[in-house]
Amino acid sequence: MSETTYTPESGDVEALEFHVTEDHHPETGTLLGFWLYLMSDCLIFACLFATYGVLGRSYAGGPTGAELFDLPLVAINTSFLLLSSITYGFAMLETQRKRVGATIGWLAVTGLLGVAFLGLELYEFAHLLNEGAGPQRSAFLTSFFALVGTHGLHVLFGIIWLVVLVVQLRKHGLIVENQRRLFCLSMFWHFLDVVWIGVFTFVYLMGVLP
Amino acid sequence: MLEQLDLTQLIFGRLSWDAIPLHDPVIVATFVVVAIGGAALLGALTYYRVWGYLWKEWFTSIDHKKIGIMYMVLGLVMLLRGFADAIMMRIQQAWAFGDATGYLPPDHYDQIFTAHGVIMIFFVAMPLITGIMNYIIPLQIGARDVAFPFLNNFSFWMTASGAALVMASLFIGEFAKTGWLAYPPLSGIMESPGVGVDYYLWALQIAGVGTLLSGINLLVTIVKMRAPGMNLMKMPVFTWTSLCTNVLIVAAFPVLTAVLGMLLLDRYLGTAFFTNDLGGNVMMYINLIWIWGHPEVYILILPAFGIFSEVVSTYSGKRLFGYASMVYATVVITVLSYMVWLHHFFTMGSGASVNSFFGITTMIISIPTGAKIFNWLFTMYRGRIRFEVPMLWTIGFIITFVIGGMTGVLLAVPPADFVLHNSLFLVAHFHNVIIGGVLFGLFAGITYWYPKAFGYKLDPFWGKMSFWFWTIGFYFAFMPLYVLGLMGVTRRMSQFEEDAAMQFWFQVAAFGAFLIALGILFFIVQLVVSHRRRDQLRDTTGDPWDGRTLEWATSSPPPQYNFAFTPRVHDLDAWWQMKQHKYRRPEQGFKAIHMPKNTAAGIILAGISTVLGFALVWHMWLLAGVSFAALLAVAIGHTFNYDRDYHIPAEEVERVEAERTRMLASHV
Repeated sequence: MSETTYTPESGDVEALEFHVTEDHHPETGTLLGFWLYLMSDCLIFACLFATYGVLGRSYAGGPTGAELFDLPLVAINTSFLLLSSITYGFAMLETQRKRVGATIGWLAVTGLLGVAFLGLELYEFAHLLNEGAGPQRSAFLTSFFALVGTHGLHVLFGIIWLVVLVVQLRKHGLIVENQRRLFCLSMFWHFLDVVWIGVFTFVYLMGVLP
Repeated sequence: MLEQLDLTQLIFGRLSWDAIPLHDPVIVATFVVVAIGGAALLGALTYYRVWGYLWKEWFTSIDHKKIGIMYMVLGLVMLLRGFADAIMMRIQQAWAFGDATGYLPPDHYDQIFTAHGVIMIFFVAMPLITGIMNYIIPLQIGARDVAFPFLNNFSFWMTASGAALVMASLFIGEFAKTGWLAYPPLSGIMESPGVGVDYYLWALQIAGVGTLLSGINLLVTIVKMRAPGMNLMKMPVFTWTSLCTNVLIVAAFPVLTAVLGMLLLDRYLGTAFFTNDLGGNVMMYINLIWIWGHPEVYILILPAFGIFSEVVSTYSGKRLFGYASMVYATVVITVLSYMVWLHHFFTMGSGASVNSFFGITTMIISIPTGAKIFNWLFTMYRGRIRFEVPMLWTIGFIITFVIGGMTGVLLAVPPADFVLHNSLFLVAHFHNVIIGGVLFGLFAGITYWYPKAFGYKLDPFWGKMSFWFWTIGFYFAFMPLYVLGLMGVTRRMSQFEEDAAMQFWFQVAAFGAFLIALGILFFIVQLVVSHRRRDQLRDTTGDPWDGRTLEWATSSPPPQYNFAFTPRVHDLDAWWQMKQHKYRRPEQGFKAIHMPKNTAAGIILAGISTVLGFALVWHMWLLAGVSFAALLAVAIGHTFNYDRDYHIPAEEVERVEAERTRMLASHV
């Protein structure tokens, strides 16, 4: 079965074209690349969730989730973040209509909601630290602070990105590059929302169960 | 609080003159040699005024070919360091019996075996694999660069930054004494209060950023940038195995980042992930690190499998036997690699059913791997085999890897593993598959594609010398370790009681290591000799081996834009088919080519990361803060640069292509 000579699979042998004469441009892979990045980030969160799953009930004689968590506060916080996803969606709609000013306006609202989320989270952390329930207290608190804190750092990073992008929008308007960046940040922001829903359910709601 | 704010401590952290290991003559001698060699190199670079050239043409280059070559250089330099560690261990173990304590104190010996493992996996095998993928993938799929050229440059420099931190630990402070995966509680702050583990963690975190981004980059490149007509089942096998490897990188490296991040928190903030008290769980670390660690093994071996497939089919003058089964086998290995991690710690006490599950999944991996071996053999069967150097490496691989694979199946049996766990049998097994598989594959790949990258073939005589010394040296160095493992010797021991029967085998192993040293030396000789004989070894055709895939369709070395016209693919062996059809490359009608611009942002960001890592290792909080702010500022600054591409004018393309036409004509 030596195949040293080529036998054409189908079609006219002479008609085969072996190169492209017009300018060939592969489509941009930025959005796919960013998706892949998000999935890799998702794995980091998966590890933190798994760790919380293993260590989340190791209180070492310290306070439990049921004693510590203030559900109404976290619910307000959750609504801030979910609302910010909606407002980001409005920003994207304005992008479609090519309205720079309105886009920036909605981005600003999104950023403020993000700041409010972070502020409440920091307030919660400060409260916990004051009660002596810091990350060094027990494996439960270690894994709690790691998971929630990593999410918070992501939100902080998202806000910095958002501010930079607003500056760039004011400078260059809705050019292709900026639209692409808006899209990437949009995916990032929604992704953080999805992760937070996991945190809210798995850490807070299930954490207060006896 | 305020009186504790000591300025010296704020600036220098725990770094002081004591950190320079002057008490250890071995390190001082090494330092003298490295300092003299380094000064000579820097002096020569300055004398010949090549700094500007290096900066403009290489360090800031975003050409995937140049970045690929830089990865290879990094890998080969680090190979010398990693091998120096290896031969030091072999000498110590052959010597330190009874009253003789050898020449390495245990404290130093522990750092050496840790550094050896870390360097060989992260800074030799990974850069070499990534380098070859970087160079070859775009050429094989008919693309002009990778999907994210700047990110590619940044990834390389982050890897180099991690390597620089590991090297710094040799002379400033110490390296980890924990073994290459730094299991807690040994690697925790209580048992390892020094800077060694911190060097380890920050080096791997920084290099890990590079690896992950490069994985995403190559993945998108393969998915999005294939030449028209090249559907997935017409993709060259090397590109296929690279695709799977990059999937594994993207799906495994975040786990490493996460678990090392947790260990960092334990060490820096006193959290309780992996502590013995406060509810921490050490097994969590071991599970997570092997969920990364086992796929990592396949990240390394799959591209090597791809290289062997290309080599076998080219030098047998035949289409690869069982292409589709090769692809499916690769995908099956990719999936299975996530289902076996627990076999690294059968002895942890998971119970019989869990151990059986992981034992069986492990054994199943040998089925697709065996299918691959048969495919290579059937490709050779009735082929016109040319015994060029890459083919020798391939045959050496098939034999050696089968032995390593079989000892692997042995270790996959949990009851056998209870006896062999942590013994030299295990050490022999994984060197058997990593050297016999990954390293032989890399040498085959380097020899095979060298003419493509540099325009001349490697000298075959010295290539064969290198091959034989490596192969024979490998058997002398590692077969004794199987015996010693069965005698019950555990790994990571620096001294033994008097036992002549045992010492004999260690001496044989040390002899083998010296043969390997000659193998490495002859490889370097080969590079030098080939460079001096480059006119005789010149490849004017671009296709020195009568190749089958698209990388051989362009000149050697390829022009900056790889292909003047994007190829159109109709067959798996695209270039072979073009040759069968007497394809004539176009000599006119060239158009301007759109290309990305060079940028210094990658090397600057990675340079700042190195400083940041160093500052964090030594608790220099001021420097850490400043460099972190700088990192952020440069990264944001880079996003304000919208001017990132340019066009190579059509006249320039025409000039380069006319040059090639003349070259091809001179050959006939």
